Amino acid sequence: MSGTFVGMPAFPKAAHDAVRDGTLRANLRHATHTIRAKRAKAVAEVSDWAALREAGKQIKDHTLRHLDEYLVRLEQSVTAAGGTVHWAADAEEANRIVAGLIRATGETEVVKVKSMATQEIGLNEALLAEGIHAYETDLAELIVQLGKDRPSHILVPAIHRNRGEIRDIFRAEMGAWGRPAPEGLTDTPAELAEAARLHLREKFLRAKVGVSGANFMVAETGTLVVVESEGNGRMCLTLPETLISVVGIEKVVPTWRDLEVFLQTLPRSSTAERMNPYTSMWTGTTHTDGPRTFHLVLLDNGRTDTLADEVGRQALRCIRCSACLNVCPVYERAGGHAYGSVYPGPIGAILSPQLRGTQSEIDASLPYASSLCGACYEVCPVAIDIPEVLVHLRERVVEGGPVVREGNKVVLRPAKGHAAERAALRAARWAFSRPGALRAGQRLASRTRRLHPRTLPGPGRAWTGTRELPTVPAEPFRDWWQRTQGGKKEAE
Amino acid sequence: MRVALFLTCVNDTLYPDTGRAVVKLLTRLGVEVDFPMAQTCCGQAHYNTGYRHQTEPLARHFSDVFGEYEAIVTPSGSCGAMVRELYPRLGERARAEGRGEGLARTLAPVVPKTYELTEFLVDVLGVTDVGAYYPHRVTYHPTCHGLRGLRLGDRPHRLLRAVEGLELVELPGAEECCGFGGTFAVKNSDVSAAMGADKVRAAESTGAQVLCAADNSCLMHIGGTMARLRTGMRPVHIAEILASTKEEPAA
Repeated sequence: MSGTFVGMPAFPKAAHDAVRDGTLRANLRHATHTIRAKRAKAVAEVSDWAALREAGKQIKDHTLRHLDEYLVRLEQSVTAAGGTVHWAADAEEANRIVAGLIRATGETEVVKVKSMATQEIGLNEALLAEGIHAYETDLAELIVQLGKDRPSHILVPAIHRNRGEIRDIFRAEMGAWGRPAPEGLTDTPAELAEAARLHLREKFLRAKVGVSGANFMVAETGTLVVVESEGNGRMCLTLPETLISVVGIEKVVPTWRDLEVFLQTLPRSSTAERMNPYTSMWTGTTHTDGPRTFHLVLLDNGRTDTLADEVGRQALRCIRCSACLNVCPVYERAGGHAYGSVYPGPIGAILSPQLRGTQSEIDASLPYASSLCGACYEVCPVAIDIPEVLVHLRERVVEGGPVVREGNKVVLRPAKGHAAERAALRAARWAFSRPGALRAGQRLASRTRRLHPRTLPGPGRAWTGTRELPTVPAEPFRDWWQRTQGGKKEAE
Repeated sequence: MRVALFLTCVNDTLYPDTGRAVVKLLTRLGVEVDFPMAQTCCGQAHYNTGYRHQTEPLARHFSDVFGEYEAIVTPSGSCGAMVRELYPRLGERARAEGRGEGLARTLAPVVPKTYELTEFLVDVLGVTDVGAYYPHRVTYHPTCHGLRGLRLGDRPHRLLRAVEGLELVELPGAEECCGFGGTFAVKNSDVSAAMGADKVRAAESTGAQVLCAADNSCLMHIGGTMARLRTGMRPVHIAEILASTKEEPAA
């Protein structure tokens, strides 16, 4: 498994291998079903869940509608509190800013809080190219980093690994990164956690620079919020002298009070906890404690383009809880890597093709990586209608049309590779607009039914490879209806 | 009461028994059923595959054919959800594209009077005991668009529990998608087949002879998988169970 997502094959091909991997299927099934049930229980306890969900949706929609104003207000508040704000239009610019800030400290090592935004921009790889080592300190991110692997889940990046695999990775790799795994390490959770704790403690105490993302940024106060459950984030946010936070621009909320809603919905949706274990909040810098220098890098990287789309913009409401992944039957079987992005699962299927565009093979295939069962929409704590956006993006793939890319309006051409489907659906539309033509087709199918093959060639194998075909009846319903006058003649 | 049967293109072409069962059932309950011969397809496959503009003439056609009826009854959760949930969205999108109110106005009349069969029985006719007889062990799979789109809830269960001779057994993981998903079944056939196989294994574990649902397209996928896996179970549409009587029992 390589550490990059570039050049990923289309989703069906990537999923093909995952479906056949028995260990992976078992790991994912166990993990997703466990957390799925816990979430359902945690949400059912809250009597006003529907109202909280609606409030979360409205706060996010309001903020996105006035994003320009709130971002400027945030910049003013952060600056007034002693922080420095940087604006990054894309991944390259963000990486350049962060690398420059670290170089200015003279350090070559940083500790990291788990952050989706820095993964999205490939920060660790960019820093390594500059001779700076970034150490992931979230337990699962550590497993992924040590295993030279890719994350497969937003919240539980190593969900595809079981305990035995993790023990093997710790034994083989920890020594090369720092303190080696203890002698005779077993696969019991307590021992694995202790090995990680010892390994990481050394890094926390040594590092002079911390890098984080943020779950929320409060415009009125300039406060950033990180929500985590291991305490590693608290270490990274308080011990280093310099703190650099890379945050997507959609993470801003107008007021402190808005956190009331999300700090209820996020923990219950993600880890099924009533209250989040470590909620760290900081406002600029203080003389007495914590980092002396604070930099906030505001990341666009396709978000403004996404905001321009009336249907697709709801994806920017996402608070990265991953409830949609845990409930998704497609994610459960295909695994996170098949989505070819740090954002896997249903939210990834609508986010990646918007942030990155639908030009690559993987991004053009993601809107189809769903049976449209709607389970994701049902659990989403900010009511993102994921099936609606998926269908909207399918339309963008097959029909093309106007979109905004890098701030410019462009007209996309229909994607290649859909010609046969387009022709078939056009023919179907023609027949369905003419009941006589439909009937002629039905009769032809009925009369030739003894000649129908049991297996289909070409693309039809996609059906008959695992399923029998239905048998065509001797006459379609409409012929029976006419022949018997709606069953009346038959009854006589 | 006189209602239009919107059978759906899939049922008309492949599952006429379901259509005959709906006619038999509703007639028995005193409803006069008409089958408008001009009906074709609601456009769901087009819409969900990304061809929204190709869907529009089909939706207009649906509205032309069914607009005058008091109620429209369909034995399909997903086609029912197409009309009820997505026809309004077609109108909204046309409006957003600067094409005016025309489409929204044309489609508006059919939206509130389209009912999925079990909804029509329980909500409109107010019956749960339809006088059916079906001496088999049955498990029920709530299909996604009926479950989460139309919110059919326990209506199908209430109808099935009232059937004489029928033993209803709970399907483990019932609310999980069977993996059909229209073109998803062929575009992502590996994942679709894996979901189908898991659904069939869950159904088998109940010891039921019959897996019942309110959507034949899902049953085509589940049934096709059952046949390939040689399970000995069979898929049956809920209309055929509810239409079955002691005098004329269904298999």
